[in-house]
Amino acid sequence: MDLKEMYREIVNEHNLHPTHKYDFENPTMFKRGVNPSCGDDLTINLKVEEGVITDGSYVGNGCAISQASGDMMMDLIIGKTVDEAKHLAEIFNRMIKGEVTEEELEELEDAQALIDISHMPARVKCALLSWRTLSEMLDENN
Amino acid sequence: MNAFRKDFPVLSENKYAYLDSAATAQRPVQVLKAVEDFYRTANANPLRGLYELSIKATDAYEDARARVARFIDASSSEEVIFTKNTTESLNLVAYSYGRAFVKEGDEILIAVSEHHSNIIPWQTLAKEKNAKLVYLYPNEKGEYSLDEVKAKCNSRTRIFAMAQVSNVLGIPKPIKEYAKIAHSVGAVMVVDGAQSTPHMKVSVRDMDADFFAFSGHKLMAPMGIGVLYGKKELLEAMPPFLTGGEMIEYVTEQSATFAEVPHKFEAGTVNAAGAVGLAAAIDYLENVGFDFIEKTEEKLTAYLLDELKKVPHITVYGSDSYKEHVGIVTFNVDDCHPHDVASILDADKVCIRAGHHCAQPLMQFMKVNATNRASLYFYNTEEDVDRFLTSIKNVRKELGYGS
Ligand SMILES: Cc1ncc(COP(=O)(O)O)c(C=O)c1O
Repeated sequence: MDLKEMYREIVNEHNLHPTHKYDFENPTMFKRGVNPSCGDDLTINLKVEEGVITDGSYVGNGCAISQASGDMMMDLIIGKTVDEAKHLAEIFNRMIKGEVTEEELEELEDAQALIDISHMPARVKCALLSWRTLSEMLDENN
Repeated sequence: MNAFRKDFPVLSENKYAYLDSAATAQRPVQVLKAVEDFYRTANANPLRGLYELSIKATDAYEDARARVARFIDASSSEEVIFTKNTTESLNLVAYSYGRAFVKEGDEILIAVSEHHSNIIPWQTLAKEKNAKLVYLYPNEKGEYSLDEVKAKCNSRTRIFAMAQVSNVLGIPKPIKEYAKIAHSVGAVMVVDGAQSTPHMKVSVRDMDADFFAFSGHKLMAPMGIGVLYGKKELLEAMPPFLTGGEMIEYVTEQSATFAEVPHKFEAGTVNAAGAVGLAAAIDYLENVGFDFIEKTEEKLTAYLLDELKKVPHITVYGSDSYKEHVGIVTFNVDDCHPHDVASILDADKVCIRAGHHCAQPLMQFMKVNATNRASLYFYNTEEDVDRFLTSIKNVRKELGYGS
């Protein structure tokens, strides 16, 4: 997929018509992540019940990749256990660093479209913002 | 077609529309060859050896210094110190001059539009000395008033540091006027010439700068060679910055005396090949001529600005006059983050800069997170600008907006 296709087919839809971007009442955990150098800013809200992420949302602003990546992440982790979410975060992180297997990629569903970011060092932080924030939050709430 | 373009390997096949020369220029084959020739025919550790080859290397290095002195109209080669880049040059002034001469309660005056490399060294110095860092603020076009400069330069001001041309907004500053004001209160005038030196004739004597810094790589020299000009009496009164080999006169176990300027400020093995490359770049630049450079850049900037302003959903920052831009056009596209804009342009092989341009205080002042910047040099063509415009016109569509 070339870069424009990545935007047209995946990123724009999640950026402009996100499923999970809204204010959230009474999250059991939330965390804000910021990339100070470009102004990407995103807060993740989760409802976690007995080790399962039963609902979640995010709010924020920034570049299309940072925001779309947040929406795709929510698609993936809602309904999963905390451990599964950590596992996905770990795979996503490795995908962006270019160290991932075909089977692992499949687990990432739509989010695997961001694999080409691994060739764009300047955009890595954008794609990782939501996942990094998620990992930090889950570790802090352990 | 531009007659000089064929000299630039990166540009010669027209693969890229390179519009990021404010970040770093492309290098012509003449510069590459000068560096290679140095390593092929004169390579030895300069300033050390007592044999012919080392003397050749030393001569090449010192000839380059003399070339730079003529280029910026310094009174002597001794006032030219070779550094890595503008950042190191400004740090040298802040660490050496600043730590020796700035005291508690003194003021350092800078502009909010400065590059981080002309902010952080002063911020650090001010914190260390309990001095005050005072800022000048421009109008919404990016212009500073002489009245504000006069109001903020006072008997406590020790240093006034400012870029001759901003890397975000362009706008040449009347440094000569500023230097007069600074000198009238006993302050020194430090000039960041990173964005002016590649585009306009500089005379450090005419503007009466006390220190003047620039980077070779922005005027087609190799990366890793830069210059600090300083008035000789100031350099002589300053302590060394980095210490070690080459910068000493005599060393015992517990003490040392230092070499004369400029070598006092050039510790360790120097970048002689870089200096030779810089001299070759200056030869190339002067052969092109500042008349040609200014004319070409003004024509292209006028065209780019006119056409860009016709595109819907675009905000252009800075002066309305193309003459004030010095080849730099900073802008935003409604709803589109500059990083996404630069990525879409990248897919069309159009190279622009996006982000905060190492000028976050200016971004905060302009109330934007980030901007896009297209910057021109004399080797650019109308075709480069057309490729940029075509790509920009499609950006909103590519990012999913109706138009
Ligand atoms: C106005 C200005 N000052 C300073 C610098 C720093 O130059 P360098 O990175 O070569 O030290 C730059 C370059 O980015 C600049 O545009």
